[in-house]
Amino acid sequence: MVQITSPAFKQNAARALADAGLQKALGKAKGAFLQRRAEAVARLPEFEELRNIGRDIKNHTLANLDFYLETFAANVERAGGKVHWCSTADEARAAVLEICRQAGAKTVTKGKSMISEEIALNDHLEKNGVTPVETDLGEYIIQLRKEHPSHIIAPAFHLNREDWEADFRRMHTDLPADRVFNERRDILAEARTKLRQRFIAADVGITGANFLIAETGSSVIVTNEGNGDLTQTLPRVHIALASIEKVVPTLEDATSLLRLLARSATGQDFSVYTTFSTGGRRPGDLDGPEEYHVVLIDNGRSNMIGSEFQEMLRCIRCAACMNHCPVYGATGGHAYGWVYPGPMGSVLTPALVGVDKAGLLPNASTFCGKCESVCPMKIPLPNMMRHWREREFERHLTPATVRSNLALWAWVAQRPGLYRFATKMAVGTLRLLAQGKGALRSMPFAGGWTQGRDLPVPEGGTFMDRYAKMQRGR
Amino acid sequence: MSKEAILGAIRRGLKRGPLPADQRAMLEGRLATHPRHLIPQRSRLPRPEQVTLFVKNVEKEFGTVARVASAAEVPGAVADYLAQQNLAPRFVLAPNDELTGLPWSEKPLLEFEARRAQPTDTVSVQHGFAAIAETGTLMLPSDPQRPTTLNLLAETEIVVLRASRIVGAYEEAWDRLRAERTDPVTGGFMPRNVMLVTGPSRSADIEQTLELGAHGPRRLHIVLVDDDPAALPEA
Repeated sequence: MVQITSPAFKQNAARALADAGLQKALGKAKGAFLQRRAEAVARLPEFEELRNIGRDIKNHTLANLDFYLETFAANVERAGGKVHWCSTADEARAAVLEICRQAGAKTVTKGKSMISEEIALNDHLEKNGVTPVETDLGEYIIQLRKEHPSHIIAPAFHLNREDWEADFRRMHTDLPADRVFNERRDILAEARTKLRQRFIAADVGITGANFLIAETGSSVIVTNEGNGDLTQTLPRVHIALASIEKVVPTLEDATSLLRLLARSATGQDFSVYTTFSTGGRRPGDLDGPEEYHVVLIDNGRSNMIGSEFQEMLRCIRCAACMNHCPVYGATGGHAYGWVYPGPMGSVLTPALVGVDKAGLLPNASTFCGKCESVCPMKIPLPNMMRHWREREFERHLTPATVRSNLALWAWVAQRPGLYRFATKMAVGTLRLLAQGKGALRSMPFAGGWTQGRDLPVPEGGTFMDRYAKMQRGR
Repeated sequence: MSKEAILGAIRRGLKRGPLPADQRAMLEGRLATHPRHLIPQRSRLPRPEQVTLFVKNVEKEFGTVARVASAAEVPGAVADYLAQQNLAPRFVLAPNDELTGLPWSEKPLLEFEARRAQPTDTVSVQHGFAAIAETGTLMLPSDPQRPTTLNLLAETEIVVLRASRIVGAYEEAWDRLRAERTDPVTGGFMPRNVMLVTGPSRSADIEQTLELGAHGPRRLHIVLVDDDPAALPEA
């Protein structure tokens, strides 16, 4: 698996906050996603109703997941394809490598796939003499930089235009060193030319899957660039990587989810290319792969069925939650320390790698609830982060200082007189310290907390004071 | 074996064994009837307005549309478009009976070959199976007469589409595919590949700013043949 730095989230976040380039990139990109999604949602009056439908489709599928996976696999095979069932990342890597070996593959092109990141496929292929070439523009530069994606639909979210130009000059040494990039489109054009040769030379094409369709045995990819389609059309062999929760029953079910996906993700009404692949080349076809494989990956997901985290398996990876998250907006994706950042990552990562390693992630939330309010699948993300905090506490993974402070708070909270006195004192002290200003820039004994943010000062009295006043006024 | 392990873990989570026969039958019934869900109102329109909505949505997504009164005018429309764009009058044509039978010889300057696309091709002319007004989307299923490479390799893709093939919602386009196609391998209706295409290729990976012309076509032009009297714009 990808090396995990989630246990160092605090240090990662501190480094991210001090990284001027990252903060510039985050500042530029954040607003655009929010505005485009809001506009797309406003153009479709039925959006809210579709969210309920989407949730119900996924719930129905998960309740019958065994049936739909078996149906899917049978229909892939009817179309001449092959399904490789893999419980673990190891099995999935081995299955992909074996297909590549059978095909005598030297290079493979790749469409964007988060499950490929999750199973660290590229490292494994390279070690075994197969060269993987990422073809999504964002993934391409990430591969040149030997980094990991910082966002699930915009892998190079953390980079600025200057980074692109510098990396292209550094890596594309066959081109004139003094060439000028006047526009972003010049960068895009250079990548198009470079990758075109790779598409043509590849022996195997590997894509992910946004959905699998049980009814037809199809895998579906959604892209804007067309790289995924070139990847799965030109080579002799197409491998689709998919985790088990991607399956939906019918084309009509997938269609309803597709109405939610692009709007929630990029704020488009529909992505440029939504492509359904079913088996290999048919008799008489003039193009397309001869072999079609689906590598079906569990890697910990079946354990989430029946647990309080089952609803997370509804996720369609649109990234709306991270686009709207104040924590992601401040730290970017790399601070989360594994494959999936933002609120969906804070719930999914502990489930897949263990709460002992990823316990800090569900704690890095103010529970503002924005993620749940924009999630097209209505996943109760804050609630599930709370479940992880409970599990962490039960397993005594919470740091001693946090535990003793929680114990102190609980002791005070169970003594109403003392609690009222203490909160009254706290409100008074804060207002005194603020000297009429609305927020404190630093706090004694809490310098660590105020280093990254201001503490708002209570405007009125305590809750109990105000409640008593209201009761009197009735 | 991993298949059994995965299915077993799912069933343990669901606190049941394999589904009983009656429940399987119910799910098989759902697959067979593939019920539709909510279809947005925006495409529930009289035919002429449905076609107008399709054109408007194609243009919103940076595609272009030329309407012609009959199939016989397609070669002229293709020649005009290539001239406007300063492109050489050379293209690869989908080996589709509807397209190869057009009066191309009336435009003797146009050169074409009917075959799959090669990386050196600069312009392709594809056959549109159906189109969806809801979002200005083309449905392009693969078959021997409609190679997938025509949608991908050329910098400019021209799609010839009959107005009678424009439907309101995606579900209606799926119904057409279900009704009209039989797959030689599965006996079902799904071909190897179905592309739903909405505008020319693009990327926003550099600073989340949209740029047209990523790996697929930089230009998508639709020649719309008004073969449907009910769909003509009202005078």
